[in-house]
Amino acid sequence: MSYILNNPGLVWQLTQEHMVMIAITLGIAVVLALPIALLIHQVRWLTVPVMGTLSTLYTVPSLALIILLVPLFGLNARSVIVAMVLYTQVILVRHISVGLHSIKPAILEAAKGMGMNLWQRWWQVQVPLMLPIFLAGLRLSAIVAIAIATIGAKFGAGGLGTLLFDGIAQAGRYDKIWAGSLAVGSLALLVNTALLALEWAARRD
Amino acid sequence: MRSVSKIEFERVSLRFPHSSRPAVDSCSFSVESGQFVVILGPSGCGKTTLLKMVNRLVDPTQGQIRLEGKDIRQFPVTALRQRIGYVIQQSGLFPHMTVAQNVSVVPRLLGWAKERIRERVDDLLSLVNLPPHEYRHRYPIQLSGGQQQRVGLARALAGDPGLLLMDEPFGAIDAITRSKLQEEILRLQRQLKKTILFVSHDVEEALRLADQILVMHRGQVAQFDTPFRLLTQPATPFVRELLGADDMVRQLSVLRVETAMAKIPHNHKIQEGAVVKPQESLRRALSVLLRTGAAALTVWEDGRAIGILTLDHIRDLAALEGTPAYEGSA
Repeated sequence: MSYILNNPGLVWQLTQEHMVMIAITLGIAVVLALPIALLIHQVRWLTVPVMGTLSTLYTVPSLALIILLVPLFGLNARSVIVAMVLYTQVILVRHISVGLHSIKPAILEAAKGMGMNLWQRWWQVQVPLMLPIFLAGLRLSAIVAIAIATIGAKFGAGGLGTLLFDGIAQAGRYDKIWAGSLAVGSLALLVNTALLALEWAARRD
Repeated sequence: MRSVSKIEFERVSLRFPHSSRPAVDSCSFSVESGQFVVILGPSGCGKTTLLKMVNRLVDPTQGQIRLEGKDIRQFPVTALRQRIGYVIQQSGLFPHMTVAQNVSVVPRLLGWAKERIRERVDDLLSLVNLPPHEYRHRYPIQLSGGQQQRVGLARALAGDPGLLLMDEPFGAIDAITRSKLQEEILRLQRQLKKTILFVSHDVEEALRLADQILVMHRGQVAQFDTPFRLLTQPATPFVRELLGADDMVRQLSVLRVETAMAKIPHNHKIQEGAVVKPQESLRRALSVLLRTGAAALTVWEDGRAIGILTLDHIRDLAALEGTPAYEGSA
């Protein structure tokens, strides 16, 4: 704790690096997950192979996955972000597809029968109705990404993991390990709470 | 363009790939503007499919459907749907929208001004007996099944369509509420003069609501006629059985007093309470006969007696009309 108080500038800078990585990851992940989810929603038989592949990806240890990505994307934040995007796909795709699935067919048929076009049905009906479930997925993804991003420090991605790895490397620097753990933990809690609030706001009933 | 909504089906068929018989099989009929037509049949007879062809949720594989003389495929599909009111079972209301937002969906799609939409929403809610100030801001989940269906009806009427499609709208509603809603749809129909296509599997409902009933059987039109003629001259044994044409009480409920009454004899005395109107059903007349114990009822219209009705008159009519058309012309 005292380390954080003594080095507020450094900790804040690392926290910012961490958050930027998460934000970029979630942005890319959502853009990627949406079409995949829509595809398996339309073409039902693709669900099993697609979800199977994404789940398998999820079981690869993050350290190993990042090491595999380094030759492709370099020893920097990019490899880590790609790894996090891959990990969060299974969560996001599943949540979006469950969200789409949860909308009663009668409601969509009513929307169609009243003369809404595809775009209007998507924005006025499907998006608002699946939003709570989607946000739950986004929240889970954010937490997973915050955890994985910590390992990123090992690969030159910066972030709060730097404190942890420094603490391990420099014998006896438990203060750094504590500071890193506390900061990551608080960040996860904060993001979780913020997204949970959003989720509740999106739920009307 | 809105005021008239004549619909014509010409040899319309729908055959799903890999299915042995067509879901809709060469259906031809036409519905005049302002008619209340109930499409009646057992489940799987193709009645809902037939209905959904009108707003092109399902496209036929053969034949043509015309609205006001024009092939419906010539309209842009969303424009066509915006001009046709659509009510489905369990209302299909959007759960994330308030009652007012639900009702204003089509006006918004049509690009009406905000003020006009607000007025329209209030008018419609009043029309379906939901006080606007009380219900405007509620969500569907805060409404009973009957109220949801009223909102569904208001929503379908919002764009002032000439044609209303109703797919078993009262199917999931308790008997008492259903009966009340049936009464109200009849009231609305008299008031608004919409063309209505109403899918039902409930014979009583069909007899009660319809100007004409289209009986469907295995994808085909078994008979398209008035309730009276369906009961008295069923075209096929299927129609006879479905309508329960052998059920005298049911027949009496659609036959009017004026069809059975006789001239007033000279010695006729009007008995207190034993009076019916000419438009009332024979079923009601029968019940008055039984209740009062009178030998003859006086048929009363515009402040004077115009005829009498006895049990014999009712019996004669029932026996006469019970001859089905398909058993030969004799």
